[in-house]
Amino acid sequence: MSLVTATIRRDLLLAARNPGEWANPLMFFLMVAALFPLAVDPDPSFLEKIAGGVIWVAALLATLLSLDGLYRPDVEDGSLEQWLASGESLYGLALGKALVHWCISGLPLTLMSPLLGLMLSLPDEAYAALVLSLLIGTPVLSLLGAVGAALTAGVRGGGLLLSLLILPLYIPVLIFAASAVYHAGIGMTYNGQLAMLGAMLALAMALTPFAAAAALKINLLR
Amino acid sequence: MWQWLKRLYHRLGSPKWFYEISARWIPWLVVLSAVGAVTGIVWGLAYAPADYLQGNSFRIIYIHVPAAILAQSAYMMMAVAGAIYLIWRMKMAAWVAKCIAPIGASFCLIALLTGAIWGKPTWGTWWVWDARLTSMLMLLFLYFGVMALQQAMESEDSSFRAGAILALVGVVNIPIIKYSVEWWNTLHQPATLKLTEKPSMDPAMLWPLLIMIVTTYAFFALLVILRTRNEILWHERKRQWVRELLEK
Repeated sequence: MSLVTATIRRDLLLAARNPGEWANPLMFFLMVAALFPLAVDPDPSFLEKIAGGVIWVAALLATLLSLDGLYRPDVEDGSLEQWLASGESLYGLALGKALVHWCISGLPLTLMSPLLGLMLSLPDEAYAALVLSLLIGTPVLSLLGAVGAALTAGVRGGGLLLSLLILPLYIPVLIFAASAVYHAGIGMTYNGQLAMLGAMLALAMALTPFAAAAALKINLLR
Repeated sequence: MWQWLKRLYHRLGSPKWFYEISARWIPWLVVLSAVGAVTGIVWGLAYAPADYLQGNSFRIIYIHVPAAILAQSAYMMMAVAGAIYLIWRMKMAAWVAKCIAPIGASFCLIALLTGAIWGKPTWGTWWVWDARLTSMLMLLFLYFGVMALQQAMESEDSSFRAGAILALVGVVNIPIIKYSVEWWNTLHQPATLKLTEKPSMDPAMLWPLLIMIVTTYAFFALLVILRTRNEILWHERKRQWVRELLEK
């Protein structure tokens, strides 16, 4: 078994045995979405207009919350050094780590999003767009976030810094995804936005592991 | 030509050489910025004809456009300097990147503020969530991120490298800014100047703008050089040549 699959297996196993790691961001996702009707306006005709955007913002924040721990334990306990010493490519590790992160954050968020749609009275036509946009968009969040997590893995209290670095890079994803959900809600086509998200995913999958790998090496030079 | 560039590159790697040669550039840059600023501003504000549609309010273009151009090219320079540092470990490149970041962020802020001031009389609002404005705001956030990262870690070397990686990732935003006015139907007007086409402006308005752009570049170069010289002195403070320089 290659080192990449072994790491993916190990990380998934760790997540399974430590449910807080993936369940807490999910709770956060739920609660943030619940705040908007309370704070802004619980009127369904108003909520259905903002539902897509609110769900996406909540998903984005929940993703950020779970990113901080992506590399930090590996840097601290020396697994990363072992990895480098093994001569295996860091590109594979970065891609595998992003995949694991998506499995424990993006995927559950996507599966739970229809429930939030219900809470925020999302129009019936928009559910498919919501789930599809999350399905394509959240991996991009994980991949981009992995770069930030790798950059800040060695910084004490790097969580806030991580958000500062990564949020600007999330803006394009947010714009296209929220616009897809909104357009679906008012009965328009949303293929274009999904295609843009797909293009971002392809680009992020090919390029961000390089940046993450370079950033990981920095942490070992201290 | 290639040989000459290679020699220049190797020389640029030497802080001492840069410190000495840049002292000769400073007076020229000061004169160029001062004369350019006076000519460009007086010409632009007083003598250029008023716009047939926007009246006198268009004159803010003489600050807005140069600042916006500079904010973007400064980001590219910072990213290139970062790449040089990552690949060839040239210390000078890291210091230059560190010095560019706050200056570029300031120009970005100036572009956003003058844009808001310009937007009020012409669009009737300080701010809209238009593609060009949003992507410029992203650029400002990226500058902040790079600056935060450049001082985040205990070892300066790691901080510079982390900042360089973030700067390189953020380069995606530059084409988005550039083409935002063409890809989306936006409130922001399309580019005034293009390298490949005849400018859409009357020469009487165009000349002061070109002068202001050149001036802003000169001013930017001056600021970067001054800050880099400080950085050099600080990092090389234990070297013999700096000691001799300070004792003089």
